[in-house]
Amino acid sequence: MSDTTHHIVPYRTYALILLLLLVLTGASVAVTQIELTRWATVVALLIASTKSGIVLAIFMHLKFDQPVYRVMTISVVLLLIVVIVFTFFDYGFR
Amino acid sequence: MSSNTTDNTGYKSYLEEDGGRKGIFKWILSTDHKRIGLLYLYAMMGWFCIGVVLGLLMKLELIAPGKTLMEAQAYNATFTVHGVIMIFLIVIPGLPAVFGNFMLPIQIGAKDVAFPRLNLFSWYIYILGGILVIISLFGNGPPDTGWTFYAPYSFKTGTNMLPAALGAFVLGFSSILTGLNFIVTIHRMRAPGMTWFKMPLFTWTLYGTAWIQLLATPIIGITLLMVAGERILGIGFFDPAKGGDPLLYQHLFWIYSHPAVYIMILPAMGVISEIIPTFAKKTIFGYKAIVLSTLAIAFVGYFVWGHHMYTSGMSGTALWAFSLLTFIVAIPSAIKVFNWISTMHKGSISTEVPFLWAASFIFIFMIGGLTGLVLGSLATNVHVHDTAFVVAHFHFIVFGGVGFAFFGAIHYWFPKMFGRKYDPSWARTGWITFFIGFVTLYGPMFYLGVKGMPRRYYDYLDEFHGPNIISTMGALIMVTGFLIILVNLIKSARHGEKTTEMNPWGGTNLEWQVPTPPPLENFDEIPVIDKAPYKYD
Amino acid sequence: MTETIAHHDEHRDDEASKLGIWLFIFTELLLFGGLFVTYAVYRHAHPQAFHMAAQQLDVVIGTINTVILLISSMTIAMATTAIQKKDKRTTLILIVITLVLALVFLINKYFEWGAKIDHGIYPGSPLLEELGSGDTLFFGLYFFMTGLHALHIIIGMVLIAVILVRVRKGKITFDNFQLLENGGLYWHLVDLIWIFLFPLLYLIT
Repeated sequence: MSDTTHHIVPYRTYALILLLLLVLTGASVAVTQIELTRWATVVALLIASTKSGIVLAIFMHLKFDQPVYRVMTISVVLLLIVVIVFTFFDYGFR
Repeated sequence: MSSNTTDNTGYKSYLEEDGGRKGIFKWILSTDHKRIGLLYLYAMMGWFCIGVVLGLLMKLELIAPGKTLMEAQAYNATFTVHGVIMIFLIVIPGLPAVFGNFMLPIQIGAKDVAFPRLNLFSWYIYILGGILVIISLFGNGPPDTGWTFYAPYSFKTGTNMLPAALGAFVLGFSSILTGLNFIVTIHRMRAPGMTWFKMPLFTWTLYGTAWIQLLATPIIGITLLMVAGERILGIGFFDPAKGGDPLLYQHLFWIYSHPAVYIMILPAMGVISEIIPTFAKKTIFGYKAIVLSTLAIAFVGYFVWGHHMYTSGMSGTALWAFSLLTFIVAIPSAIKVFNWISTMHKGSISTEVPFLWAASFIFIFMIGGLTGLVLGSLATNVHVHDTAFVVAHFHFIVFGGVGFAFFGAIHYWFPKMFGRKYDPSWARTGWITFFIGFVTLYGPMFYLGVKGMPRRYYDYLDEFHGPNIISTMGALIMVTGFLIILVNLIKSARHGEKTTEMNPWGGTNLEWQVPTPPPLENFDEIPVIDKAPYKYD
Repeated sequence: MTETIAHHDEHRDDEASKLGIWLFIFTELLLFGGLFVTYAVYRHAHPQAFHMAAQQLDVVIGTINTVILLISSMTIAMATTAIQKKDKRTTLILIVITLVLALVFLINKYFEWGAKIDHGIYPGSPLLEELGSGDTLFFGLYFFMTGLHALHIIIGMVLIAVILVRVRKGKITFDNFQLLENGGLYWHLVDLIWIFLFPLLYLIT
């Protein structure tokens, strides 16, 4: 027995989210096809992060679930980012 | 299950409740967390004996300069296999797999872990990993890379390194699943009233450990897969000839393996935090400080990996950043030591065997911790890097820490687990012999390291002869102590005086409020917790 | 919670199994995390070579595969909605669509890999050795990352196939669908990884 009432997400929401994700995919392809060098990297990664945030929130129900899942997910992502940053304490300053 | 309806007088203990299976199947098909804990215990006992023999062989080789027992290559293989067994098969799974499995559900008032079948599956994976390690001994000869599998040598060596690395990979999987199981169990299955800050400290440390198991182990998994890809396909990730960076291997390896030290030591600290209040008959001093320092160690411990690589040619920025964090992580460890000492202060201490182990743990752990600061500071590290000093330091922490806590834990929970008493006078003799042997074995290695004796060589200069003799003598004393302990425990588990006393030491946690030995599902009625832990009225 | 305790033989705890799958997802994230660290380090070391090498990957196939995975993510998420609405038929259809899309993804991947290998680009190939370290590392990472990702696709397909059978047999129902939701969560993870692999390998040129 689950002690949370399950939120039923309507089909419409999922369809709209997919549409949004497809638009973002198109945007990142478009942006990187123009030669923007370093900024293209940043923009592409920002779009990827946005997309994954949307997938996590809606498709993976983080928006509707108990807060503990959000806390855990954010902590894990931060952990990974800090690990990469710390690795670059070495590679960035050689 | 009809067996739920037992009463305290005529109940069947988990040791009698065999689920209608026969012989060994009573054990290897049982999903009871207590039986699985013992399965790990027996497997580890076997591994530990092998590891001890290998360690002893090394010390015998080092009793005199030059070749005494074995050639250089055999020595290389010996320290590698010794390390792989001791690290991956014993101290990393050690306390969580044995005592965590046995005690965690009882301590939080649950009938079992959240996923009992997954729990048994983890044990099978553990055994599979062990088999892979055994396979590595045959064929082209045992691996000679050291337990760290450093690239580029690890994919160049002609020895059987691949099965050993895959063994470590598989063992990591077992570790992840155990951690996952424990986190879900703690989140979902605490008895009513058991709030987070009423949880026993051993459970708390298992929780911190479980997170590290979950989040650090995958990194070594992928790293070992990359090494395998290097060996099989020649991808070039760590091969300088192809543009790869061997230092990246070291980074990735220690991103896991340093947190792994905390996987080892946190539950050990938890055990000590259980034993000290019980035998001082006093509420633990600063319960919340211990909890928070546990979480702080788990967190900061993730970001100090670079201190294994000071002399590797890392950038200066990385050097000071990792050194700073290393000093910071010492603080929560020290907080714990002060908590334990303050708990003992003005307590009515009874020096039973578990207490002796706990007290000597603190002593050994402090030496290990302080010498760790010598290694953590940049300047002194350069002098003692890759010398016997490092070996002495991590044996004080890992063997002195985890080993002493493990022996403490088994002497503490033995009556509960087996429903029999052990012989305390032999246990004392074993402890003192072991303790003296331990200090004699590893103490001189600090001196040798400062004097410049490198680690991982089968030979040394004549000037190092004296301390090495002392060290080897220490090894022999320590092994004698270990044998006394082992024989005493095995004999007692089989033929010791039976006991049904629920609470022989006067502990306060739930494991002392269930029958001895516990019934299949621990509790008839799930208890309701209404008071803080470690309260002596 | 009190309800759980009242029923002794009710061992089911949906929230626990969901937490379990989330924790597993975290380990998977860190598993790929190790590869992202490696990618970041080598891209930092060989920006030019990575730039040139990435241009050799087919953006069209990459984009198509991205779209396929996104759609499949939606269909498996919708399957959970369908089962909650007690609509077994739609649930089955959505799951089958997900499986078909996953298969198409793999077929695309097969041709993509095949084309690269035909051109002499594969781990440890003599051509890569000639091209130099940047290309070796880029394509090493390309094969390793997409290979590991494809392995996850296959695992996900097996999981979803099991779920399909269980829905058919009526073992997954409107009030007992945690396995379906967990399978969905795992599938979204596979999608999440790809969301990052796609720009890192195909786009950032």
